[in-house]
Amino acid sequence: MNRKVIIIGSGPAGLTAAIYSARANLEPLVFEGNQPGGQLTITTDVENYPGFPEGISGPELMDKMREQAKRFGAECAFKHVTKVDFSKRPFKVWIGDDLYTSDTVIVSTGATAKMLGLDSEKNLMGYGVSACATCDGFFYRDQKVLVVGGGDSAIEEAVFLTKFASEVWIVHRREELRASKIMRKRAEDNPKVHFHWNSTIKEILGTKESGVTGVVLIDTQTGESREDSCDGVFMAIGHTPNTSLFTDILDMDDKGYLITQSDSSYTNIPGVFACGDVQDHTYRQAITAAGSGCQAAIDAERYLEFQE
Amino acid sequence: MADNLIEFTDENFENEVLKSDIPVLVDFWAEWCGPCHALAPTIAEIANDYSGKVKVGKVNVDQNQQTAMKFGIRSIPSTLLIKDGNVANQVVGAVPKNSITKLIDEILK
Repeated sequence: MNRKVIIIGSGPAGLTAAIYSARANLEPLVFEGNQPGGQLTITTDVENYPGFPEGISGPELMDKMREQAKRFGAECAFKHVTKVDFSKRPFKVWIGDDLYTSDTVIVSTGATAKMLGLDSEKNLMGYGVSACATCDGFFYRDQKVLVVGGGDSAIEEAVFLTKFASEVWIVHRREELRASKIMRKRAEDNPKVHFHWNSTIKEILGTKESGVTGVVLIDTQTGESREDSCDGVFMAIGHTPNTSLFTDILDMDDKGYLITQSDSSYTNIPGVFACGDVQDHTYRQAITAAGSGCQAAIDAERYLEFQE
Repeated sequence: MADNLIEFTDENFENEVLKSDIPVLVDFWAEWCGPCHALAPTIAEIANDYSGKVKVGKVNVDQNQQTAMKFGIRSIPSTLLIKDGNVANQVVGAVPKNSITKLIDEILK
């Protein structure tokens, strides 16, 4: 069955696009990807989403958005798109060998936490290396952990981890945090939070059997290396957009973010729209993602009307 | 919990899992873990698909810390495939269904 709208991704952008296009009777099909609900499902409390004065947990907010989309007839499938062909209409989208076609596609694949790119990091992922403090902090009760990064999310993770860990060390390559004032203060005021300034991680030590046992740090000023023992390493060094599916198909900037035409969600291919973090490296908020998802749904609806 | 899903605990783990005659798929999870909720429907489906061939169950790490510690769980969701009392394979994260069933099919061969 050919669809009117296929949405790839299920964070605030994708699900808001689903709500709007479902309400417009476009019966959208949402491919949720391998992290249904997106990045918010690995955060704790969302305190800045309007309408929730007491705050709301990330997973709960996403459950509500999904419910709202389904209420108007959106179909959500826990499936991961493996290939697309946008060269002619209807557009083609594959899940493994299964082919789906659609008159429009809304791309809201979001972004993923960046990793350092070390072999030892890859080997020890899940054995002491983590990109999700809210998922894994629990396992580090009374232990010492490192958080790599210097932005707001690094501080948020570090402060969250102090609920469990005995010591949390922030590893930052400069001697000053990039984080906002309010977050910096939260870190500085917390007696469990310490800093490895001017430092980067050269190697993560440990085995799958022992788990992480420590790291080799490099001093960015002197180039000297030193070892520090720890039980866990949490990554918070930013994000990369999930756009490998669209290489040589959709226009991207040098960092891989999709380029949309100003004041719209139009990509370089008419009928393919982009919204959320996959095309936004500036704001990256739940509410801005939701806003752009709304734009994409309206753009898709108008595009379809124009075609008929 | 669905009919085919067993709740493993620190108390019953030895008997239900380690001494099981058939392979056992164990999903380590917690209430506060978003990706665990994302994986839950997949685990339930696998329990139905492999009914009689593989025992499928869940360990709540909040309530069963000994078992989680014993298997060195440091990240959830973690899914362990246990055969004859030993870990035959392990997957970390909310992965697509076929990444888990592939491992099960291998072991059932």
